[in-house]
Amino acid sequence: MTELTYLRYEVLRTWRNRRFLIFSLVFPLILFLAIAGPNKHVTFDNVPFPLYYMTGMIAWGTMVAVISSGARIAAERNAGWTRQLRITPLPTWSYFSAKIVCGYMMALLSMAVLFAAGSSEGVRLDAVQWFVMIGLLLVGLVPFAVMGIMFGHLLKVDSLGPAIGGVTSLFALLGGSYGPLIRSGFLLSVVKFLPSYWLVQASKTSLRGGAWPLEAWLVIVVWTLVLSFVAVRVYERDTKRV
Amino acid sequence: MKTVSSNSHAVELHDNIVAHDLTKSFGKVRAVRGLDLSLQRGSTVALLGPNGAGKTTTIDMLIGLTKPDGGTVSLFGRTPAEAVKAGMIGAMTQTGQLIDYLTVRELVTMMAAIYPDPLDVAEALRISGAEEFADRQTRKLSGGETQRVRFAIALVADAELLVLDEPTVALDVEGRRDFWSAMRAFAARGKTVVFATHYLEEADAYADRIVLMSRGRIVADGAPTEIKATVGGRIIRATLPDVELLALHALPGVTTVDRKGDAITLNCSNSDLTLRELLSVYPMVRDIEVRGAGLEEAFLELTVDEEVP
Repeated sequence: MTELTYLRYEVLRTWRNRRFLIFSLVFPLILFLAIAGPNKHVTFDNVPFPLYYMTGMIAWGTMVAVISSGARIAAERNAGWTRQLRITPLPTWSYFSAKIVCGYMMALLSMAVLFAAGSSEGVRLDAVQWFVMIGLLLVGLVPFAVMGIMFGHLLKVDSLGPAIGGVTSLFALLGGSYGPLIRSGFLLSVVKFLPSYWLVQASKTSLRGGAWPLEAWLVIVVWTLVLSFVAVRVYERDTKRV
Repeated sequence: MKTVSSNSHAVELHDNIVAHDLTKSFGKVRAVRGLDLSLQRGSTVALLGPNGAGKTTTIDMLIGLTKPDGGTVSLFGRTPAEAVKAGMIGAMTQTGQLIDYLTVRELVTMMAAIYPDPLDVAEALRISGAEEFADRQTRKLSGGETQRVRFAIALVADAELLVLDEPTVALDVEGRRDFWSAMRAFAARGKTVVFATHYLEEADAYADRIVLMSRGRIVADGAPTEIKATVGGRIIRATLPDVELLALHALPGVTTVDRKGDAITLNCSNSDLTLRELLSVYPMVRDIEVRGAGLEEAFLELTVDEEVP
């Protein structure tokens, strides 16, 4: 399979880019160990604190992973590489899906590391709960993967770092990654419109043994559709101009 | 417009690359204005012209990177998009860097995987001269090395049509020679090569056919020898007061005339004929000087003196 060979080298490139690892993996891990460790026996938002914080840090790290992967398109556009690819038989969709696969690969790695750290801090879940949590996280990341591709066509290389840092921090903060800042009232109903809120909720949901409520699915689907629409538009604008 | 060898075999063979009445403007700049071109499969064609002649725009339209405002392109009977999809085009665009976190060999292997029937990676590296640094990271290459890798990527497609836009810009003299002999080796396998250059020597030495462009138009088209015979003739300079330019232009064998004060300059395709006639019609002519016009002068004559309508 020729496209698998192509994908293999894209994965290799992602793996070799160590900067990528620091933000999606090392920072969330350090924060988790620093904050969850001393609060091991606290229960928070009806969830054991280490579990809550583990999911929060996973939400943050994986968001960074999938957004950064798509956003790297900006650098390849800048280098004239996407132009080079446009005169090859590689379908645009394969190019994008390789970026998404690489983002998810890094996200899985980030998850695995934080799961291990979580276990060491006393996080205990049964197989079904793990399964549900991972599944919800993977689905909840879809809009962010699309956002990455959108950024890749919207932003200049110089503004990528600040943009990704700012956007992911904001989504993580409001979604409750660093702790549920907003726990009731009108603002809670607002943050429930954010896909990151539901990422953070993945652990709580799995503890209760169910899946997300309908509103969560709607939020994920609507964000995905809207971002996809914008991504397609900016992609078309970008390729037509040349 | 000056046409050296009339390109009247405009039969739209499925075997050919045919551009018909191509136009493209960028804002107020009319980059290409009504370009007709028919290139035979297996030929090596140079698009020659100064910067801004429309070479890159023409190439980008041929390979589907730029959508023409008007006109059509057929590559072996297909649209550019279809030809790209079928892997029939290998190209080296004018600018472009490589992606990082890969070695040269890995990058070329990655690109080979995209094409239906690629060249052996080792072969592409060898022909392009990228073999000696094949295991180095792409971001640690010099400009010339990067060009070779880009050439390897264009070659590895093993495409019907190889398009090279000013490919030797970053290369030194030796690099250029190697590059062109590699290109010839590739063309010898029956492939069609179209390259853009503003180096006359390159076009003359390596193309079967030269298409000379200026200001978005084709100003001359033919075999290098034909181009040279017609425009690369001789120059007669002399002092000759009070003679109309038109009268001088009417002399046999004259292609263009110029006057500065009493000094006249005649560009000639047949200077012997011109000189005999000049002397018999204007016996008062003096300070006669005849010399060979280089291709450089022919080039300037055709591309700079062109009136903009």
